Amino acid sequence: MVRFASLALFVATWFLASWLAGERMLPGPMTVAAALAVEARSGDLFLHLGATLARVVLAFTLAMTVGGAIGYAMGRLPLADRLGDPWLVVLLNLPALVIIVLAYIWGGLTEAAAILAVAVNKVPNAIVVIREGARALDPALDDVARVFALGRWRALRHVVIPQLAPYVAAAARSGLALVWKIVLIVELLGRPNGVGFEIGVAFQLFDVTRILAYALAFVAVILVIELLLVQPFERRVSRWRVRPA
Amino acid sequence: MNDACPAGEFALLDVRIGRKAFQAASGQSLEVLRDVAFALKPGEVCTLIGPSGCGKTTMLRIIAGLDRDYEGTLRRPPDGRIGMVFQEPRLLPWRTVVDNVRLVAPHADDAELAALFDTLGLAVHRDHYPGELSLGLARRVALARAFAVKPDLLLLDEPFVSLDDALARRLRDELALLVEGRAITTLLVTHDIDEAVRLADRVVLLSPRPARIVAELPILTPRAARTDDAMASVKATIASRLAGDA
Repeated sequence: MVRFASLALFVATWFLASWLAGERMLPGPMTVAAALAVEARSGDLFLHLGATLARVVLAFTLAMTVGGAIGYAMGRLPLADRLGDPWLVVLLNLPALVIIVLAYIWGGLTEAAAILAVAVNKVPNAIVVIREGARALDPALDDVARVFALGRWRALRHVVIPQLAPYVAAAARSGLALVWKIVLIVELLGRPNGVGFEIGVAFQLFDVTRILAYALAFVAVILVIELLLVQPFERRVSRWRVRPA
Repeated sequence: MNDACPAGEFALLDVRIGRKAFQAASGQSLEVLRDVAFALKPGEVCTLIGPSGCGKTTMLRIIAGLDRDYEGTLRRPPDGRIGMVFQEPRLLPWRTVVDNVRLVAPHADDAELAALFDTLGLAVHRDHYPGELSLGLARRVALARAFAVKPDLLLLDEPFVSLDDALARRLRDELALLVEGRAITTLLVTHDIDEAVRLADRVVLLSPRPARIVAELPILTPRAARTDDAMASVKATIASRLAGDA
């Protein structure tokens, strides 16, 4: 209910702002909705949303896998931490734009270069969060796994990963937001489709309506992912926590 | 001097620790164990008793294979299963009681598990998460987990510490029943004399740090007949030996 009121307030503010600023600078919600309908009917909307979503999924999966593995190793092994830490600081502070431009120069304007550039931007972020999780692992539970001879994989699956789950959820949530923003830049700079490409075209035409239509459509997609995947995952991994009755 | 197993007799566990030291934060080396040697025959229940902080837990960790940084030798059944109860229950909070036990004993028989849960009064708590249990119940789950693997060697590290007397007494009786019924080779570490004499076939007395063996006392009275009166003299002996050496 509160959420609904909050959403209604947002739309009302939008109407008001559009009325004050004029349709050209800030088209109202109805104009944007109409533009969305046109794009949807022509099929363009789904083509571009699909292309962007595919890049987000690939880059996100790649970054979480690589970042998770490196972060876990750095959290567990002091030597890996000392070796990796300077690299991590460099990567964390390298601007996304530099990585993207270099990836396109070295790899050409290809899909692989685009996805790799996005993943490289997200990896240090995943490393930092998962490393923190690995540092917080309970050595008492490691002892249990060793004494009862659980074996490497069962210990990882049943003792380590459940402890990392809240950190994975945190990295996933911030990662999803970061990845889709960078995917748009990658598309703007060197891809022939996707939401970022469309926004680039709209920018050249000063078509604010189309910019808003595509941005909102993709935000909606991310919201659905959050509601259908991230939040249920969090609920599932924290179902054992005692809740106040 | 402490060769409990004469040559030729089969020992299930043979411990000879020459020296175990920790590096303190100040850089000094802190000696915890010194020339500790003893052996356990199959099915024997042995209690290590000594003052708090004398290195009992360290010794148990060495025997469990969790600490390999010591001077000495250790012989265990090569593929033997170990059941261990730590000082804290150490259950996995994201698994229910039964899933905690099943994780370490995936092939445990359903009926046997049910019987074990009944003995320990856990039947109604099977599907609870550890966060929903009291400390006493969590300790019972830790006991159930150790027994469920059908261990060749059972290691117990002050399993009833910080429980109230009545509950500790009840759990101890339950443990005595399980140990007696299954003839599991057991090493129990405690600083509670009462606990030691109720459960053990043999009591090994340790000195304050660095721990050495002060004395070994066999207890021949059957467990069922160990009333307060029958044990009074043994307890007095242990108390005086511990005090005398301290």
